[in-house]
Amino acid sequence: MEIQPRSRRETRRLIFLIAPSLFWLLVFFLFPLVLVLAISFGQRGTYGGVEWSLSLQNYRRFFDPLYLRIFGRTLLIALTTTVICLVTGYPLAYFIATRPPRWRNGLLLLLMIPFWTNFLIRTYAWLLLLRDQGLINMLWTGGLHNALLWLSNTVPLPVWGRLLEATSTSLSLFGTNGAIIVGLVYGWLPDMVLPCYAAIERLDHSLVEAAQDLYANRVQSFLRVILPLTMSGVVAGSVLVFIPSLGAYVTPDLLGGAKSVMMGNVIYSQFMSARDYPFGAAISFVLMTVMLVGTLIYFRLGTES
Amino acid sequence: MRRLMMRTIGLGLVSVILLMLAVACGGRDGGGGEQELAQELHLYNWSEYIEPQVLADFEAEFGVRVIEDTFSNNEELLAKLQAGATGYDVIVPSDYMVEIMIEEGLLAELNHANLANLGNLDEKFSDPPYDRGMVHCVPYLWGTTGIGYNSDVFEEEPDSWSYLFDPEIASQYAGRITMLNDVREAMSAALKYLGYSLNTTDEAQLAQARDLLIQQKAWVYAYDTEQYEDLLSADEIVLAHSWSGDIFMAADEDERLWYAIPQEGGVIWADNLCIPNTAPSKYTAEVFINFLLRPEISAANSNYAWYASPNAKAAEFIDPQILDEPAIYPPSDVMEKLEWLEDVGDATPIYERMWTEVKAAGP
Repeated sequence: MEIQPRSRRETRRLIFLIAPSLFWLLVFFLFPLVLVLAISFGQRGTYGGVEWSLSLQNYRRFFDPLYLRIFGRTLLIALTTTVICLVTGYPLAYFIATRPPRWRNGLLLLLMIPFWTNFLIRTYAWLLLLRDQGLINMLWTGGLHNALLWLSNTVPLPVWGRLLEATSTSLSLFGTNGAIIVGLVYGWLPDMVLPCYAAIERLDHSLVEAAQDLYANRVQSFLRVILPLTMSGVVAGSVLVFIPSLGAYVTPDLLGGAKSVMMGNVIYSQFMSARDYPFGAAISFVLMTVMLVGTLIYFRLGTES
Repeated sequence: MRRLMMRTIGLGLVSVILLMLAVACGGRDGGGGEQELAQELHLYNWSEYIEPQVLADFEAEFGVRVIEDTFSNNEELLAKLQAGATGYDVIVPSDYMVEIMIEEGLLAELNHANLANLGNLDEKFSDPPYDRGMVHCVPYLWGTTGIGYNSDVFEEEPDSWSYLFDPEIASQYAGRITMLNDVREAMSAALKYLGYSLNTTDEAQLAQARDLLIQQKAWVYAYDTEQYEDLLSADEIVLAHSWSGDIFMAADEDERLWYAIPQEGGVIWADNLCIPNTAPSKYTAEVFINFLLRPEISAANSNYAWYASPNAKAAEFIDPQILDEPAIYPPSDVMEKLEWLEDVGDATPIYERMWTEVKAAGP
């Protein structure tokens, strides 16, 4: 194929057309990125300023068992969040997408309504649920315990004893990794459901029927027809959930009781309390690179299959 | 309440507000250091840290409208100023942060000729170690860091750090203790329990403090700087590493809560009125600071926030309940054991690393 050389005028018009987006990228993406990169090679001044230099020391500091362990935990929490979102979000998206068209928008709206409330307030709400004296524990040690007590008095069975014992003390839900994951899943679920929904809605159902005509059972037609055809939604949803989970820092602080740190918290404290901008910048850059590489691989895998 | 506002809200909202302020104030002519009052004064303060009536009185007397913004910790304040935020006339950093800001050249020198009421200050506070001679700042209110507790649970006042660190005592309150989510404060508590200075830069001492905090972590419900007084009130916890004023303010609503200064000593801190270099109207700021130094005004703020006033002449206007409370105005033997937090300079990343190790420990 031969590419026709563009006329000058055309080139000029093209530049004119892409100029706004180019400008946007330059000012809001490239420039800050270069700045972060430049700072990451510097060193912390005694009182917290940046002393410019060209040292890789901050990157070396990152590859320390302490930070690698935190990074590993962050990765694990983000992955778990993504998987849970996928496993719960995909069926939900499928359910909504297979309702009659007049229902769909209403159902999507119901999904979105809670998310009109600020993320922080919703996280605080979870705090009230998960606390030792919170709603869940009130039901656990109050409602459920009393119900079991009544049951054990009316129907004597050996199982009650153990259950009664379990419900007599409150569950420690707050301040655990579980609480962090609950908060993250709750926070990012719509980001999984919406892309999946878009992909499933576009799905041509005659293909599924064709698969069934060819004696594929439900599992086979799901795995070999529906899933591959909606893979774009799964990939987009996973990326949309994984990336913010990886950078989370409010959720571990609030629901995790600040007892375990994720990378977001480490970066935050480097900038705010240690005032070690160069190290904070280096960590941010490593994290960004990992996200970028991970996303690229994932997209490639997703589009190939 | 001090540091109540989520620092995250701060991060998002305040930066937007700052941006707007920067734009709004950029166009205004700066008032140029003349002895003329500006129409507005921008105060950047801790939340619930000034009697609202005081601001109204200032406006009534001088015709200057005070616009208040709030921050939730010193580091946030510094980060904003370092990031180039302008437009604030008066800021309220704590002692060690004043030291840093002076080093960073962020503060203007005060013209003492405009501060006739400086003489009202108590001698103990008129030559602070972090700013000798009050060249850059004037003490506003002061307090301590100690232990907030539920007095229903304790027959004796828990006036020792051992309630938080001694394995035999602290384990009795497992899961019902919070520590301040602040490197310097948490490390200070551990260092004081071990009998060290809370400004130490000795790595071996810091490592000991870190190990103590890691051991303590099993009994800690949360590291929290924002809502420990609510958690105490909700019976979620019984002991909280606390800033004095937070607990006294909460005790207004729940009288079971009280506060003790540990006998081993702790942190004494003061928040200070300073004028950033970039202040649009330095003269108006000085008039405002001088106004806050009036005995009855200083007392009003003290009565409002439940922190001690460094103003000697304010004593007669301060609520006797506050004045006679040893946990607010400690007796001299306790006073001697209190230490100011000083900036530890190059040791800051070491502190931060130790703290991260504490946070990363455990499951």
